[in-house]
Amino acid sequence: MKKVEAIIKPFKLEEVKDALADLGIEGMTVSEVKGFGRQKGHTEIYRGSEYTVDFLPKIKIEVVLADSALESALAAIVKAAKTGKIGDGKVFVSPVDEAIRIRTDETGEKAV
Amino acid sequence: MLRTKPILATLAAALLAAGSCVPVAFAQDAPATTVVEQTTTTTVVATEAAAPVEEAAADEGPSVELFTTNNLWMMIAAALVFIMHLGFACVESGLCRAKNTVNILFKNSLIPCIGIITYAFIGFNLMYPGFADGDSQFWFKFAGFGVTTDAAGVTSAYNAGYTYWTDFLFQAMFAATAATIVSGAVAERVKLGSFLIFSAIFVAIAYPLAGSWKWGGGWLNRMEIPFYDFAGSTLVHSVGGWGALAGVLILGPRLGKFFPDGKIKPILGHSMPLATIGVFLLWLGWFGFNGGSVLSADPGLVSLTLVTTCLAASAGAVGAMVISWIILKKPDLSMTLNGILAGLVGITAGADQMDMNSSLIIGLVAGVLVVLAVIMFDKIRVDDPVGALSVHLVCGIWGTLAVGLLGAKAGMGQFISQAIGVVAYGVFTFIFAFVLFLIIKAIMGLRVTEEEEHGGLDLGEHGQEAYPDFQSDAERLS
Repeated sequence: MKKVEAIIKPFKLEEVKDALADLGIEGMTVSEVKGFGRQKGHTEIYRGSEYTVDFLPKIKIEVVLADSALESALAAIVKAAKTGKIGDGKVFVSPVDEAIRIRTDETGEKAV
Repeated sequence: MLRTKPILATLAAALLAAGSCVPVAFAQDAPATTVVEQTTTTTVVATEAAAPVEEAAADEGPSVELFTTNNLWMMIAAALVFIMHLGFACVESGLCRAKNTVNILFKNSLIPCIGIITYAFIGFNLMYPGFADGDSQFWFKFAGFGVTTDAAGVTSAYNAGYTYWTDFLFQAMFAATAATIVSGAVAERVKLGSFLIFSAIFVAIAYPLAGSWKWGGGWLNRMEIPFYDFAGSTLVHSVGGWGALAGVLILGPRLGKFFPDGKIKPILGHSMPLATIGVFLLWLGWFGFNGGSVLSADPGLVSLTLVTTCLAASAGAVGAMVISWIILKKPDLSMTLNGILAGLVGITAGADQMDMNSSLIIGLVAGVLVVLAVIMFDKIRVDDPVGALSVHLVCGIWGTLAVGLLGAKAGMGQFISQAIGVVAYGVFTFIFAFVLFLIIKAIMGLRVTEEEEHGGLDLGEHGQEAYPDFQSDAERLS
C-alpha cells in the first residue's frame, strides 16, 4: 500500500477529487494547509502599510491506495491539478505498513 | 447647537416683573429667554412678561402643532444619535482582531450607559448651567445635581423646539460619543476597568465643562466674533480625539505593530463587512447629529443641513479613495470608510453655514487628510487601530477652521475665533485626559499584560469568545 499526499491549489480540489473518483478511489482526507515553496508569498497592503504573506493557503489531499492503483492515481492527480503556473503544488508518495477498517476489522488492501 | 437654558432664576425674575402671579400662570408666563440659533423664535425679556400672559403666549410662542412637530423631530434625532453607538461598536470591532471583539463590544455597550447616567447626574447641568451676563467668569458654572423640571419645562415656554426632557436626552446621546472615540484608539490593549473609569470621569466632567464654553453660552460664545461649532466638530469630535491622543501616548502601541528596524507590521481588522455596516450606521446617525442640532424642525435649515452633511460624507469617500489609490496604489476600503467619517466630522462644525461647493470642498479635503494622517501617525509610531485620531481629531480641527474659510461665516475674524476655540479645547482636553490617564495608570494600571494581549482581551478580561465555533486557536492567537 502507498500513501499519496498531494499539496494543490485550493480551487483545484473539486477537479482532483472527481478525477480520483473516476478511477474508483473511494475515500480521501482533505486538509486546509498553509506553506510555501518556490512560489514564495506575496505582498498585501492594509491602511498604508505593506506586509508579506509568507504562507499561502493550499489544500492537502491524503489518499492511501493499493500498489496497483498508484500509477493511474498519480497521473490523474497531476493532470487535474496542473495549471502550468508556479504554485501548482507537489505530490509525495510513501509506503504504508498497515491499514485497518475500524467497523469491520478488515486489514490490508481490503481496508483502503 | 447653542441654546441658553432658562433657569428658575430667570423665570422668577419674569414673574416678579409681572407682579403678583398665581402659580398656575407659571407655565404660560414663561415664554422665557430661549433662543434657538438661526431660527428666529421668541426672545422675551423679563419686562415683557408684564404683558397679559395669554397674549404673550399666543403672539410669541409656536403653535401646539409646530411645537409638537419640533419636539418630535428632536426626539427622532436623539434616537438617530443613539444608534451611532452601534455604529461605533461595529467599526471598532470590524477594524480590530477577532480575539478582542467581546471586549470592544462590551466597552461600546457600557459607554452610552455611562454617558446617559453621568449626564443626568452632572453633565447636563454642567454643560448648560445658564451663564448670565452678570456672572464673574464664563468658563465654569454648575446648576446642581440631577435633572428635573417644572410644568413649564414640557411646554414651548421652555424652548420653541423641544421640551426639557427632549433637550436632556438629545444632549445625553451626544455626551457619550466623546468617550466612544477614545475607545477605538486605545482598543486591543487597554484594561477594561481602567477604561470604564476614565470614560465616566471624562464624560461627566471634561466633555460638559468644555462644552459649556460654547453651547452653554460660556466665554467662547461671548467673544466679539463668537467661536462657531454647529454640531460639534470640536466640542464632540476633537474633544474625543484629544482624549484618544492622550490615551494612545500613555498606552503605547499594540505588541507586534512596530519593530526596532523601523518596519511597520499592519494588524489587520477581522471584518470589513462589520466595519462597513458601522460606517453606514454612523452616517445614518449623523442625520440626527447634524439635523437635530438645528434644535427645531425648521424645514429649510434641517433639509439644508442634511444635504451639506451627505455631500461632505460623499466627497470624503471620494477624496480618501483617490488619494489612497494614488499613493498606496490600491483603493483601500478601510481608508475610504474613514473618508466617509472624515467628511461627516469635517462638515459638522458648519453644516448649516455651507452651500453645495463648500460642503464638497470640506468633505474632499477631509477625505485626503484622513488618509495622510493615518500614514503619518504610523510613521511617528502612534498606534491607532481604527483611525480615530485621524478622523475625529484631525478632521474635527479641519472642519472647525473651515467655518472661517468657507460658507456664510468665512472671514479673518471668524477664522481667528475658530483657531482660538481649537487651541482652547485642545489644551484643556488633552491635559485633562493625560493627567486622568496617568492617575488611573498609577492606581490600577492601564494596560493588560503581554500574555493577555497575545491571547486576546476576550479571554483575558471576559473569559468569553466572540466566535467560539468559527475560529481555530491558531487564528485566534495570531
